[in-house]
This record gives sequence, C-alpha cells and structure tokens, in this order.
Amino acid sequence: MRTFIGRMRWPDYLILAVLVFFFGYIWYTIEGTLNYKWRWELIPGYIIGYNADREAYFANILLQGLAATIRISIYASLLALVFGTALGIGRCSKNLTIRMLARTYLELLRNIPPVVVVFIFFFFLSQQLIDALDLARWSRGIARQEDIWLWEFFFGDMRRFPSIISGVIVLALFESAFVGEIVRAGIQSIPKGQWEAARSIGMNRFQELWYIVLPQAMKKVIPPLANQFISLIKDSSIISLISVQELTYKTVEMVASSRMIFEAWITTAGFYFVICFGLSQLFSRLERRREGQG
Amino acid sequence: MNRHPIIEVRNLDKFYGTFQALKDISITVHQGERVVICGPSGSGKSTLIRCFNALETHSSGSLTVDGVDVFEGSKEIRRLRQEVGMVFQQFNLFPHLNVLENLMIGPIKVRKISRAQAERTARKYLDRVHIPEQAEKYPAQLSGGQQQRVAIARSLCMETRIMLFDEPTSALDPEMINEVLDVMVELADTGMTMVVVTHEMGFARKVADTMVFMEDGRIVEVAPPDMFFTAPASERCRMFLSQILEH
Repeated sequence: MRTFIGRMRWPDYLILAVLVFFFGYIWYTIEGTLNYKWRWELIPGYIIGYNADREAYFANILLQGLAATIRISIYASLLALVFGTALGIGRCSKNLTIRMLARTYLELLRNIPPVVVVFIFFFFLSQQLIDALDLARWSRGIARQEDIWLWEFFFGDMRRFPSIISGVIVLALFESAFVGEIVRAGIQSIPKGQWEAARSIGMNRFQELWYIVLPQAMKKVIPPLANQFISLIKDSSIISLISVQELTYKTVEMVASSRMIFEAWITTAGFYFVICFGLSQLFSRLERRREGQG
Repeated sequence: MNRHPIIEVRNLDKFYGTFQALKDISITVHQGERVVICGPSGSGKSTLIRCFNALETHSSGSLTVDGVDVFEGSKEIRRLRQEVGMVFQQFNLFPHLNVLENLMIGPIKVRKISRAQAERTARKYLDRVHIPEQAEKYPAQLSGGQQQRVAIARSLCMETRIMLFDEPTSALDPEMINEVLDVMVELADTGMTMVVVTHEMGFARKVADTMVFMEDGRIVEVAPPDMFFTAPASERCRMFLSQILEH
C-alpha cells in the first residue's frame, strides 16, 4: 500500500479527482434530486432473518438465492463438463456427420443471444423433459415427507425442484458449447506423435483418445475451464428469466416488495463479485502452484 | 538363408495429393533379418517404414506383413500393430504416465493381460534396456537417451515379432546415441527382425544383414553391408556414403 501511494504521480491524482467528482455528482443526484432514503440497516435481515416466534435465525431471501446460485452453478458446470467433453471429442471426430453436428450446435449457440437460447432450451427441452419424467409430482411427494434435510441441502426447497433442474439443464446446455471449444483446443494441442505411438501399440481410436490424448488434453485445459466456471456463475443470472429462484430472481423479488432498489442490487453485485473474484484468485494461485511443481 | 519372408512389398506407390513419395517399391524382409535403410532426407525412408505398420496407407501395390495383407480399412491392422513395434525419432512417450505405466498400458488395455503379469514383463524389459531404476519416473525427468530406451522397451512389452526404428538416434545429443545403439545391437543379437532407418553407419556395419539405399522415393540399391560399404553399385549411393562417412 505504501509503495502504491509512493508511486503515484500527478496524472494519477488527476484521474482520481475526476472519478471522485463524477461519483460524487451521482451520489448528490440520488441524495438530492431523487430524495432516496437509504436503508442499508435492513439488508442484513434479508440475508439472515430472525424468526421471533421460533426464536431462531433462518436463511432469508438473499441467502436462499445465493445458495441456489451456488448449487445450480456447481451442477450445471458438472453437466456442462460432460456435455462439453463429448462435444469437443465430436469436433475432433473422424466421422463427418458427428463433426458437422457438433459444429452446428456450437455455431447456433455462438450466434444466438444467450437470453433467446435460454428461452428456447427452456420451452423446447427442459420443460418437456420435466413433464415427461413427471418430476413435478415426484418432487412434491418428497417435499411432503419428513426429515428431508439431505434433499434440501442439495436442492433447496423441494417444491421448486423441477425449476432448479430445468435451470441446471438450460445453463449446462448453454455453457457446454464453450466447454466443447476449450476441450477441442486441448485435444488438438496434443502432438500427432501421441496418437501415432498409441496406435502403433495396437490401440483403437477410442483407446488412443481415452487413455492417451484426453488425459493430457484435460490437464492442459484446466485453467480455461476454471475461467469458464466463473463465467458460468455470472451467466447463471440469465436463468432468472425462466423463474429459477436464484440470486438475481430473488433480488428482483426483494426489490419489488421492499423498494430498496440500490441496496438490494449493490448487495447482489457484491455477492457475485466476491464469489467470482475469490474463485479467480484461488484458481490462479492453484495454477501457480501447479506450475511450480512442473 | 532358409528363413521365410515376414515383410513383402510389391510395386508399392504412395502419393500425397499429386506428390509421389514412394515409387514402385519392392522389397522382402525375412524373419530375423536386420535391414538398415539409409538415404538423403526426403527420400521416403520414413514413409516406407511407416507403411509397414499402416501409420501411412500406401496408394497402390501390395504389402504383406507377418502374413497380414495390409490395406486401408483392413480389420487385421490393429492385430498386426501388436506384432510390429515402432520406435519414433521423437520417442513419443506418454508424458502423463510414468515409465512403468508407459510400458504397461499397451499390454493391459490392448492385450488384456493382468496388471501383475504386465508389470513383470515391463520390469523385465526395463532391465533389458538397462534402466530398471527409472521405473517410477516420468518421461520429462529422463534424458533423451533414457527416453528412447523406454520407448524401445514399450514396444518390446507388446512381445513384438518385428521392430521398426524411424531414425531412433536423430533427436539425441551425441553422447547419448551410443547407449541407444547398444540396446539395439543387443536386441539384434536376440534374433529380432528389425528394420532401421538411420544414418549411423557404424551400427549398420555391425548389425545389418541387408543395406537399402533410397533416393527420391525409389530403392536405388539393396546389398549386404560388406559390398554396400566397399563397392556400392550406384554412383548416387557412392556419393551419399562419401558424404556421411567423410570425417
């Protein structure tokens, strides 16, 4: 910190002054013109609420949303890893049809806005899947049972289970295109000699891929995959549009009922930032350590 | 020589697009025979031996290896590759597996041999290439010469009947060439059928039964080494030899 201040020159002070002025002006507008009443003190109550009757704390709307976002992100990224790996392998296939199908999927997802993709996946795929499997009735059945803490730990409110599942599927399908490209790049970065060496000890194409090329490729693409995971957490806010009750959706809900527009959105932004920035710091530290090991 | 032919090539051509890499190649390698192929770079030596285990597919002509008729799409090729070992210029060890696993993965996954059996075989061949103490190391921790010896052992672990060497010492530092050549000489002494693409003429003199000189996609000369080195029939071969033996 000391060295940072020590290295400041007059342009730095000028830039800072302009910024302070700019944000000060916005602040002044909100305070003066809008006559907005800040109620930051209420925010903690929306994170962890206190139930006076039962004399117990409970996870309130924002924390519920955060938990849902974390769950959905983890499940969706696992699913996206599976889909995406299959897609990446498909992109490197010797079979023209498989290669074209994988390419088509990728280009469609790349060239359609995410929001539109999410709606299409939701109405055409995950909704049909949930109806076909009768998931809604099944999860209501579980919700009525007692002692379902394990279910709730993994999926939150069981009555909302179908919505979580469709959120996970939609997000996974969406992200799998990008994971697929990462995996493809990884596979193609493995020298041809590796395939040839595997082939010359009698391996078939699948064995070459599975035992020799893919393990090396996946190890190489861990850093970009980790970044994609962070992107996925951010992208997960899109599925609030299909009424999945994650952090963004819950914030909209909270704003509607409490009218604490600024506090709620700033808090939510803070949650996303802390998680994503924290993970990116963690990943880069892990990567440095991995490189240190050689 | 009362040995039966194990590799038979008849009028083989190989095209890359319009470029003809191999022109009307005919050659027979007998069981237990040691053939050394030499020639200037770009003469098609590597392409030819890569055809022998179908890493390259020839365009026309016939190729029979160990009784298997090799052609594109043949179902027999995978079985054939288990009998034919290949050692590459760049070693091509599997960097994510340690030495022992490099040697065991073929026998276990392809030949479906038990782990214990595969490990016994692997250790036997590591002894054979004189690096039993490196079994637990990863390829990146080994010198080039050691890596190439592991690569030879990896092929041997498949209990191959034919060994192909594609410039096995060209990527090595000079001081490591001999440790690899020594292993190859010992292998030759066991009666293994070997086809070696190399410029190491000392090695060729010591082990070769037959010398083959290639240029421009053609076989120019086939001769036993004593004749090949003392009285090559063709002018081009004489020139090539004087270039690489001079100094």
